[in-house]
Amino acid sequence: MTLLRHTSADQDVQREALTVNPAKTCQPIGAMYAALGLHRCLPHSHGSQGCCAYHRSTLSRHYKEPAMAGTSSFTEGSSVFGGQANLLAAIENIFTVYNPDVIAVHTTCLSETIGDDVPQIVEAAIDKGLLPEGKMVIHANTPSYVGSHTTGFATMTKAMVDYIAQSSGAEKIRDQVNLIPGWVEPADMSELKRLVKLMGLDPVTFPDTSGVLDSPQTGIHEMFPAGGATVDSIRSAGDSCHTIALGPICSGPAAKALFAKCQIPQTTMPLPIGLKATDRFIMKLREINGGFVPDEIMTERGRVLDLMTDMHQYFYGKTAALWGDPDQLVSLAELLITLDMIPKFVVTGTPGKKFYKRMGEVLGDHAQGCKVDQGSCADMFQLHQWIKSDPDKVDLLIGNTYGKYIARDEDIPLIRHGFPILDRIGHQHFATVGYRGATRILEQILDAFLDRQDRDAPESGFELVM
Amino acid sequence: MREAIDILDARRRQVHTKGSQPFQLDCEKHSVAGSVSQRACVFCGSRVVLYPITDALHLVHGPIGCAAYTWDIRGAQSSGSQLHRMSFSTDLREKDVIYGGEKKCEAALIELIGRYRPKAAFVYATCIVGLIGDDLEAVCRRVTAQTGVETIPVHSEGFAGSKKDGYTAACAALDRLVGTSESPPPDGPSINILGDFNIAGETWIIRDYYERMGVNVISTITGDGRVDDIRRAHQAQLNVVQCSGSMKGLARLMKQKYDIPFVHVSYFGLEDVSKALYDVAEQFNDPAMMQRTTQLVRDEISAVMPQLRRYRDALQGKKAAVYTGGAFKAFSLVRSLRTLGVQTVIAGSQTGNPQDYQQLESLCDDGTVLLDDTNPLELAKFIDQTGADLLIGGVKERPIAYKLGVAFCDHNHERKRCLAGYEGMVNFANEVYSSVCSPVWSLSPRKRHAPPVKRSIGPGPLVTADAGLPLNTKAPQCPTAATVPSAGSDSHACGVCQLKAHCSGLAAQETETA
Ligand code: SF4
Ligand code: SF4
Repeated sequence: MTLLRHTSADQDVQREALTVNPAKTCQPIGAMYAALGLHRCLPHSHGSQGCCAYHRSTLSRHYKEPAMAGTSSFTEGSSVFGGQANLLAAIENIFTVYNPDVIAVHTTCLSETIGDDVPQIVEAAIDKGLLPEGKMVIHANTPSYVGSHTTGFATMTKAMVDYIAQSSGAEKIRDQVNLIPGWVEPADMSELKRLVKLMGLDPVTFPDTSGVLDSPQTGIHEMFPAGGATVDSIRSAGDSCHTIALGPICSGPAAKALFAKCQIPQTTMPLPIGLKATDRFIMKLREINGGFVPDEIMTERGRVLDLMTDMHQYFYGKTAALWGDPDQLVSLAELLITLDMIPKFVVTGTPGKKFYKRMGEVLGDHAQGCKVDQGSCADMFQLHQWIKSDPDKVDLLIGNTYGKYIARDEDIPLIRHGFPILDRIGHQHFATVGYRGATRILEQILDAFLDRQDRDAPESGFELVM
Repeated sequence: MREAIDILDARRRQVHTKGSQPFQLDCEKHSVAGSVSQRACVFCGSRVVLYPITDALHLVHGPIGCAAYTWDIRGAQSSGSQLHRMSFSTDLREKDVIYGGEKKCEAALIELIGRYRPKAAFVYATCIVGLIGDDLEAVCRRVTAQTGVETIPVHSEGFAGSKKDGYTAACAALDRLVGTSESPPPDGPSINILGDFNIAGETWIIRDYYERMGVNVISTITGDGRVDDIRRAHQAQLNVVQCSGSMKGLARLMKQKYDIPFVHVSYFGLEDVSKALYDVAEQFNDPAMMQRTTQLVRDEISAVMPQLRRYRDALQGKKAAVYTGGAFKAFSLVRSLRTLGVQTVIAGSQTGNPQDYQQLESLCDDGTVLLDDTNPLELAKFIDQTGADLLIGGVKERPIAYKLGVAFCDHNHERKRCLAGYEGMVNFANEVYSSVCSPVWSLSPRKRHAPPVKRSIGPGPLVTADAGLPLNTKAPQCPTAATVPSAGSDSHACGVCQLKAHCSGLAAQETETA
């Protein structure tokens, strides 16, 4: 029995009790990633040290950066008597030694199940004077038997609104928009900010991991690298004129909270991956800025379109299998459709209600021929079964590193996208959102097809110009 | 004395600078709440130890994360079944947490066993399972009865200690398998290899050495492990245990139950691997085997020495920081680095015990900083203060080293080339060399320590023949060439002396080149 031949097409397995090769992971890692996008913030995992170690390792493996976070280091005793003492000690220690501006506490399965009340513990910390002047502790509840890493990200992002954003009561600031970028790479966050600025607006971006998880080598170990959204800027999010939330799962809850708290109108829209989705993003900004789009952006758009024209002859009817996070998948699927490709199989482990509907909208006429699944048993095993039992194998795989097993077994090219990417370096520096990001994805897709053709062509059919 | 600033008060006693005061170091403590600890949990310990049993089913009973993070993250290679590389999880949901997860766990096991017919099944309990009180013993009993496939609970609730306690839980699980096979024992001397996980195929190298010595290897626990072999592990005459941590418990249990003696060894570095082989040979009291061992050690060492010497010439005088999971590996690393002319200036581990640190201290030079369960801030601080050129550690340490502009070598689970055995030592030297002497550091802002880059070993395949670099003829000749120690003698005259000879050969050359 060799690697991956465990998945065979003939077993149409109905599962209820079991996830095999998951297409998701747990909430706290998302909360940790979001918290790293706060300037001078130390994420803190309230639970046993194991979870924290795993989350940090996985983030380090993906971003190739140190991922700092504290842990409450639960023992058996804490599991019985509750983790209050641990968290109090942690808050004191962290402010004394690491001196962050913010501690962002997230819970784990364990502390949730015990029922630790984090806000109450934080209050106790304040009463005891453990919180130095001007510092703060925010929190998110992230048990992993609910949601997935994406909802953990969403919850921590919402916590930033709940704890920090404030309406100063004055008029809303006309040129200031809130940009909630969703779970994307640091390079994506930079790119989104750039676009908003080009549109003549001032973005309040949170979380913002650019400058934190793509920080330069300085020869010094910075506990808190220069980047990240500052507390002050998030506070002023309460005075912005509009909120744009990218990706309903990761950014929707924060945008809604901001509306409820500070009455800021919000637009929740798909991640701007691909030409169409970026167009919508720019159009929204155009509504806000009074109706202008600078030439620079028009030129960028024109370039992508030109590239798509140059490439289009290669895409017709090509099929792909995708897996990963719902927000990413919806936009990626749309991108493929605009390229005349078919996202035949789509799988996400993240549970949720609206995903099917959104995918249905994006797939349109193609929906009949595609399989989409989500939730516990929507995993890489299922995806692999679908691919195996399909007489015409898909032409392309797009997803995180875990797809490499399927890629190898089925001999299908893989484009790494999403989280986590454990086996490649450099992806964290290339945006895939916006027009520029689209050129990157387009190049990757076409390269995958043409590399394959070069590899497989008989010598007689091997051509210099393809 | 080294300033203790930036060290958590509660951690002050977990840091010690050799020579600054009488040796004293606190360890085996739980990480202080709030520290950015590098440590993992009980589940992590059990999972890493048992995972390389390739033809068993490994089901993680818990919420998804625990399974997702341990899905094939270590390159534990298999010569056959690859079942261990799949990730199976009960993916507990809220209602399971409220009503209990036993039913789900049982259903999952039955389904998986039906599909894969594994040789045995391990079920790992995570924190939450411990908390909601699922009776895994009962579940496993029922599943075993129904399927006929032995299903073993691993009591690895994450909060119940640290990684080390996970080793104990893993040993307890293995203990249920050992001694359950009736197949006839092999003729001749036989051992089990314990505590090697076949990262990058290391178990295969070690196994080959023993087989060349004329020793039967009954089971390898757990690298490239097979359930049936583990069942008959009690037939071995000797357990050879690598590292102090993970498998010592099983060796002890087997000593009690089956009266099988064990030796502790390490396969990293010339000295340690040779000593390992000699120690094993000595246990069998067979002059012919000792002869074969001597020959093997001599052949292997002469094969690698020329290459190592070239590396050492390039690395002479560099300084290293060593931060490992277990302490035992740190000893080997300090020695291996010394062989390469590199001085260890920081040494620490996640799980060392007092004896470990005592030994580590005696091994290190004055001024070496010893750290237990350190955190990135401390590590960075000490690297800066000691001017280390290299950090040896695991996945979380790599980006820290790079941010500092310091070379890095992974001696943990992510190593891609085998670092054990003699050829492993050459790989190790190459890894250290290729990082420490990379021109990239000269571009780093950390100019202070940037070495003038002089690539003395070109890219491409390393010399395999001597290539004009004959073995140092001035080195005292290997005494074992002439003397084979009488088997059973309690001195290690042969293993150690021989290596000392080589090492003093190195030392002699060191002074020459210096
Ligand atoms: S500490 Fe508990 S919950 Fe966390 S990874 Fe370990 S077993 Fe899982
Ligand atoms: S216990 Fe929960 S939070 Fe911790 S790793 Fe497992 S799933 Fe994630």
